[in-house]
Amino acid sequence: MPGTETQVTIEEIQPFEASEEIGGGDVVLIDTREPHEYQEAHLEGGKLVPPGLLGDEIESAAPDKDARTILYCRSGNRSALAAAQMQRLGYSNVASMEGGIVAWQEQGLPVVAAQGMTAEQRERYSRHTLLPEVGVDGQLKLLNARVLLLGAGGLGAPTALYLAAAGIGTIGLVDDDVVDASNLQRQVIHNTERIGMPKTESARLFIEALNPDVKVVEHRLRLDASNILGILEDYDIVVDGADNFPTRYLLNDASVRLRKPVVSASILSFDGQISTFVPFEGPCYRCLYPTPPPPEMAPSCSANGVLGVMAGTMGTLQANEVIKLVLGVGDPLVGRLLLYEALGTRFTELKVRRDPDCAICGEHAPEIPESEMGQFPDYAAFCGG
Amino acid sequence: MATVRIPPVLRPKTGGAPEVEAGGDNVGEVLRALTSEHPDTSEQLFGAEGELNRYVNVYLNDEDVRVLDGLQTAVKDGDTVVILPAMAGGAS
Repeated sequence: MPGTETQVTIEEIQPFEASEEIGGGDVVLIDTREPHEYQEAHLEGGKLVPPGLLGDEIESAAPDKDARTILYCRSGNRSALAAAQMQRLGYSNVASMEGGIVAWQEQGLPVVAAQGMTAEQRERYSRHTLLPEVGVDGQLKLLNARVLLLGAGGLGAPTALYLAAAGIGTIGLVDDDVVDASNLQRQVIHNTERIGMPKTESARLFIEALNPDVKVVEHRLRLDASNILGILEDYDIVVDGADNFPTRYLLNDASVRLRKPVVSASILSFDGQISTFVPFEGPCYRCLYPTPPPPEMAPSCSANGVLGVMAGTMGTLQANEVIKLVLGVGDPLVGRLLLYEALGTRFTELKVRRDPDCAICGEHAPEIPESEMGQFPDYAAFCGG
Repeated sequence: MATVRIPPVLRPKTGGAPEVEAGGDNVGEVLRALTSEHPDTSEQLFGAEGELNRYVNVYLNDEDVRVLDGLQTAVKDGDTVVILPAMAGGAS
C-alpha cells in the first residue's frame, strides 16, 4: 500500500522490530487510529493522533522531526499513509509498523487494554470512557454503584432512564403504585400497553431492555419508619422524587442517620427545584425546610397540573447529580438550591446553609429513635400523600 | 422597587403573576407592599404576630434572609426577593 500512491517511500518494520526499538528507548510512538479504538487497547507509551487531526496535532505529539518515530494503527494501512504525510511535513526518521496492533497482539506482545469490562461494555460505554472525567475507572465505578430511586413516576422515570443507560449497576425502585393512563404524559419509562402494571415492574422491563448490565430491585411498598433503614442500607445514593412531605422528611432523617447522600427534586406546574444533600458535608432537607407547610401551601396534597417535560428536565438533572457523586467529579448541588422556571426558561440558584440548630444534623442534635423519624404532629394525618 | 418572585402555590393570590414589583427599604416592607396589593397572600406569608411563617423561605437575591437581618434586611432598587415554600411533587 505505501509508496506508489503517496509518491514517497516509507520504511515498514515488523512488530518484533518495533518492540525491540521501543524497548531500547528514545522512540516516539504514535497511534494513528480513532479515539474509541485507542481506548479499547493501545501500545504502552503510544500517543494518539487520529488521521484526520494529524496536520494539527503531530507537532505537539512529536516535536522533534529528526527523532525516531514509529507509527501504528489497527492493521498497518492508516499508519503507512500517516508516515508518508509526516515525511512530507519534514519528518526524517519515520517507520510504520506492518500489520498494526492486530499483528502485534498476535505475536503475544503486550498492550494497555481497558480492564474489567467486557467487549460489549467497552463498546456500549465508549462515549463515556472517552471522557477523561469518566474513563474506564469511572465507568467501572458506575457499574458498581447502587442507587435507590424513591418513586418510579414523574421524576423517577427520566432519572431511571439515564442512570440505566449510564450503566449504574444496581437501581432500586420504591413505588407501590400501578401505571395509570394519566401518568403517560410525563412518566416516559412506562407505556400504553403497561397500564395497570405495577410501576416498578413496568420500569424494570424498560430498563432491562435498555441495558442488561443493570440489575433492578423492585421495592413495591411505601416507605415508613419501620422499613426505611433496612432498604437504604443497601444503597450508596438515594434519589428523592417522592410525592409527599412525610416521605421526604422520613427519608431525610434516615439518610442523615445512615450518611447517605440524597439528590432531591420536586416539581409543580412549570416550576422545579433540586438540591443535593450530603449529610454533615452540607445542609440537610430540614436545614432548608425546617417545617413542612400546611396543606393549603402544600399543593401535592391535591390534584395539580405539571408540565410533562418539566419532570424530564428535573429528572435528568437528578441523574446528572448522581453520576457526578458516583464519579467524584464536578460540583454537585451541595449547599445550593437550583430553581427552574419553565415558562421563562430561567434557572435561579439560591444558597442553602447548614443550620447549626437543625433538629437532625445540627451540632447538638441527638440521634432520634426510629419511632420518631420523619414524624411531625398531625402532619401525616391530613397530608398522607 | 424590588422584584418579588411568586411561587406557584401563591400565584392564584396574585392573579397568576409569577413576579410582582414592590417597594420598600427592607424585606419586611417589600413583603408588606406585596400583601397590601394582594391581601390573600398575607396569611400564607405571615403568622398571627406578624412574623414570617417558618415554612416559608425568603431570599434576598441568592441569600436566605434568616442568615442576613431577617425582615429588617435592607433592599436596594433592582434586588430580587424570592419567596420559596417547600414543594413535594414528583412521583405520582
